[in-house]
Amino acid sequence: MSTTTMPAGTKWWTGGKSPFNASYGKVMMWYFLMSDAFTFGAFLISYGTIRFSVNNWADPNHVFNAFPFAGHANLPLAFVSLMTFILIASSVTMVLAVHEGHNMNRKGVEKYMILTIIGGIAFLSCQAWEWTHLITGDHAVLVNGQVESWGTTMAKNPWGPEVMHNGQLISTPGPIAFGGYFFGITGFHGFHVLSGVVINIIMYIKTKLGHFDERGHYEMIEKAGLYWHFVDLVWVFVFLCFYLV
Amino acid sequence: MSTPSSSSEITFHPQHTGGTKRIWKIFWVLSALTIIELGLGYFLYAQHGHLAYLVVISTKIVIGILTLMKAYYIVSVFMHLGDEVRNLIMTIVVPLVLFVWFIIAFLADGNSWKNLRNTNGGSRTYTEQEAAKPAPAAIEKGDKK
Repeated sequence: MSTTTMPAGTKWWTGGKSPFNASYGKVMMWYFLMSDAFTFGAFLISYGTIRFSVNNWADPNHVFNAFPFAGHANLPLAFVSLMTFILIASSVTMVLAVHEGHNMNRKGVEKYMILTIIGGIAFLSCQAWEWTHLITGDHAVLVNGQVESWGTTMAKNPWGPEVMHNGQLISTPGPIAFGGYFFGITGFHGFHVLSGVVINIIMYIKTKLGHFDERGHYEMIEKAGLYWHFVDLVWVFVFLCFYLV
Repeated sequence: MSTPSSSSEITFHPQHTGGTKRIWKIFWVLSALTIIELGLGYFLYAQHGHLAYLVVISTKIVIGILTLMKAYYIVSVFMHLGDEVRNLIMTIVVPLVLFVWFIIAFLADGNSWKNLRNTNGGSRTYTEQEAAKPAPAAIEKGDKK
């Protein structure tokens, strides 16, 4: 927690000081994150537009109902909840690393950076499993009167409306945009997580080498932290748009 | 302990006091919000097909509001934006207001497309059978291996 003691009525715009009371690097990190928020926002809104423009969209509770080692058990929302909690936990360890940085406690920063990196890798592993499961998982689909077995890919969406065929319910092909949006947006987010993990590893090494102690402050950890929290923030919205509603 | 001077651009150095209590409190708040979201999501799943359209939409709106609350806590506390000076907060938050227009305009556009397609540009009336049909493009493209 931090409290800034600044005199009331400070004139911020009269020159001689930064009106943002923050270093150049930190302000630029905020602007980068803002532009990245618009990129993700545009992707998600484009997805929403297409979803609103068709009569049937894939029901997330049917698409995402698997869990590793659980076979064909129907567990809607379970795996994605795990992924969400992993990311929230890694956000907490990151903010604790920033906190230790404020206290100039190198050992503490190292410990929490390691935990954050582990959280990031765990999240990426979960996503790799989820993608593999979707792409390779076979799902019966009725295509032009023939029953075919489809995975969920950029070109195929087996999660369309169900129809009766030979006395049983079977899926028909759904809007083709589903795979493109799902893999595109979660992939773009996953790439952010990957680069976040790489940045965190670099920060860990620099901490270990004592670079920040020499410099006299741990502001780089704060900046890496901003990026990492942003990745968590984006996931909150991806989670909402793809899995919950 | 206070942070040693890191940059000449920082006129008033924040005093980083207090422990990690606030961080853990926000962790529990975020977890609770997520669990409520999951509960509502599961409610929609379990009651699928038995709910009035209005109930489904309002539940989804509630989930959206809970998500915005999570976003607020992450940005304000974890990213420490709440501890920055007002000028910095405003330069980040004000541009994001564009999203209000962005979301309303585009979702309405998507919905309008759907209505035009279902009624063939307003030349015929909408029927339930029409809605149950898969999108034509999906079948054509799905055929191509």
